[in-house]
Amino acid sequence: MIKVETAKKWLDLFIEQLLENKVYLSELDTAIGDGDHGNNMARGATALKEKLAEKEYDNLTDLLKDTGMVMVSKVGGASGPLYGSAFIEMAKAAKNDEQVALADLLQAGLDGIQKRGKAAQGEKTMVDEWIPVIEDVQNNQLTTEKVDEYVEKTKPIKATKGRASYLGERSIGHIDPGAASSGLLFKTMLKAGVADE
Amino acid sequence: MKKIINDPSAVVDEMVKGLVFAYDGLVEQLPDTNVVHRKADKNGKVGLVSGGGSGHEPSHAGFVGKGMLSAAVCGEVFTSPTPDQILEAIKASDEGQGVFLVIKNYSGDVMNFEMAKDLADMEDIKVEYVVVDDDIAVEDSTYTAGRRGIAGTVLVHKILGAAAEEGASLEELKALGDKVVSSLKSIGLALSPATNPEVGKPGFEIGADEIEFGVGIHGEPGYRREKLQPSASLAEELVTQLKKEFNWQSGDSFALLINGMGATPLMEQFVFTNDVHHLLQKEELDLAFKKVGDYMTSIDMEGISLTLLKIADSKWLDYLNAPVTTIAW
Repeated sequence: MIKVETAKKWLDLFIEQLLENKVYLSELDTAIGDGDHGNNMARGATALKEKLAEKEYDNLTDLLKDTGMVMVSKVGGASGPLYGSAFIEMAKAAKNDEQVALADLLQAGLDGIQKRGKAAQGEKTMVDEWIPVIEDVQNNQLTTEKVDEYVEKTKPIKATKGRASYLGERSIGHIDPGAASSGLLFKTMLKAGVADE
Repeated sequence: MKKIINDPSAVVDEMVKGLVFAYDGLVEQLPDTNVVHRKADKNGKVGLVSGGGSGHEPSHAGFVGKGMLSAAVCGEVFTSPTPDQILEAIKASDEGQGVFLVIKNYSGDVMNFEMAKDLADMEDIKVEYVVVDDDIAVEDSTYTAGRRGIAGTVLVHKILGAAAEEGASLEELKALGDKVVSSLKSIGLALSPATNPEVGKPGFEIGADEIEFGVGIHGEPGYRREKLQPSASLAEELVTQLKKEFNWQSGDSFALLINGMGATPLMEQFVFTNDVHHLLQKEELDLAFKKVGDYMTSIDMEGISLTLLKIADSKWLDYLNAPVTTIAW
């Protein structure tokens, strides 16, 4: 069972990392997209920080749902609806089963992302980060190194979905910015100890 | 950049306020949003909501009113509105029979509107939608998988708006919307690019004596550049492209929309219209409905687009001709 305090700690760390990596994420996006991923995510992170400071959360569902709503309303672009869908679907999963296991929670998030973005594995999107991470969580073997490794693995892929697909072959050799920001999400998840519960 | 603006990032907020002030008998602004909502009695009909990035005025807020849209969501310039704003438009437009969304085919718009539909589902409001992809110029574009949605969208607003006003159900609007979109084709050309006030410089470069066929309403690349030529030749190119798509027969019935891109004077639009008329007359088409003017612009782009809708059902003409009270139809 995931405690709401632990999940809150996870989000606090995620916010911190998004703000710290604002320039890096935008640089990744400049290479293969429209260069605003870091700024968009940082804007969402700032708004989320304010939102989470407003009240005490006593259940996971409300925490995840509010996070999702801030993402959709403040991040914009494609990342807003994608991260927003992930958090809102995770909120629904937590509502349906208060004892939801972390792997199932993340799977609900991935389903939300795929429903929204219609991307499959191997198209150079955040989906390429989420799928192997969830497998590792299931088998209890996710580490920070593996999270980084999956981000790095998006480099040689040729983009066929999202803005980067417009570049075709030229997208090869660049890390997918969405996979990179998802990497921050999973590294902070490990750091907060969500996977240990 | 030479524009009548204040802070470039405040353009949309200030535009919406000005529009709502000028037409306060017709429309209102929903609090804390850039949603323009009609002031009309609610009578238990299906609501119709559209929207997208700003910069295409009078689309879409100009088509809010009795017999057309219930509400329009104005995003930032050339940027999709966010789902929370779309949700507010849906909630304000629901009269108990659900809400129908008209979305132009851009990845951001589709994602944000679909997300708003899911949020509305959670609030027990039934929502259906149609995605308009009438631009035949290119497949896959800077912001689009498949074909882009352009000026033909306004005809979709009109037909569905009249059908909703007549009392069509959500399911009936979905079937009608799909059928209209599959019978709708457009193609445009540009003489000069638009300047997004937030960017401050023109969206693309083009020679003083050049035109580009197939440019999108956000300045997305078209399919060919040529030297500027007489209106009759431009019309011939666009009609030829549409003919390939429709494979029409003499006697087929069509609605015609000629649309200015923002900085092309009506004088030129009517010259072009005259040329299109001659070409389509030679094809012996029945032009049962005609409209010319600025409907789906691209800020200050010089250019024009040509839309044809094959009339598959004579009822569509009644819908196109039904009276409306809007700013811009």
